[in-house]
Amino acid sequence: MILTVVFWVCGVLLGLGALASVVRLVRGPSLLDRMIASDVLLVVIASALLLRGVATRELISVPFVLVVAAVAFLGSVTVARTVASREEGES
Amino acid sequence: MIEEIVVSVLLLVGCLMSLAAGIGLLRFPDLLSRMHAATKPQVLGLLCLVMALAVHVHQWVWVPVLVLIWVLQAITAPVSAHMVGRAAYRSKHLRPQTLVQDDLAVVVAAAQEREDGEDPAHRVAGAPAADASRDADTPQDAPGAEPGHASDPEPGPDQPPRP
Repeated sequence: MILTVVFWVCGVLLGLGALASVVRLVRGPSLLDRMIASDVLLVVIASALLLRGVATRELISVPFVLVVAAVAFLGSVTVARTVASREEGES
Repeated sequence: MIEEIVVSVLLLVGCLMSLAAGIGLLRFPDLLSRMHAATKPQVLGLLCLVMALAVHVHQWVWVPVLVLIWVLQAITAPVSAHMVGRAAYRSKHLRPQTLVQDDLAVVVAAAQEREDGEDPAHRVAGAPAADASRDADTPQDAPGAEPGHASDPEPGPDQPPRP
């Protein structure tokens, strides 16, 4: 009974966080701002997968959390390297 | 009952971290402070949610996988934040007046100075070796495509065509 309310509240909180990061993803002035926003969006997705696992007592979504974490790391490192090398080449 | 309360508190704290990161992304002025906000759900929020899942699911089999998720995130988050911070510093995506202390400026200035000081020495030391290898292998080669020039800190104008 308590848990059902908590699940809905947590879903709303995660949705607001995802919405804010999408707004930053659209508005972000630079590429690195957008990269950080997409990183937060991926963390929110991982959190939603874990919340789903708690809500349904099914653990089928746990490997996907691992995949999402790995993708977030690889993406942010790649974009950071690209930005750094591009700036170095310009200057 | 106690388990429900523990799971509820952990879930709420973990999801509040995501909301805090979203609000911080929207309201903070420059990139480094946005990075500061973005780190919250990556470590603490994920830890709370993973602990909630571990408490709620009564299976010991999944505990190592959940620990692996959190340890992987806790190892990789500082690495990516470090690289993004350095890229932001190098590409001037920050407001210098918001910094309390700038230790990286001293290091960057010292590296630039050392690079400038070593530049002629590199050219003198690297040129004969490149000439020797060029004479040994192929006499009529492109002057810019030698491997001896790869370590030059200041690439010449003939470098960009090199793949």
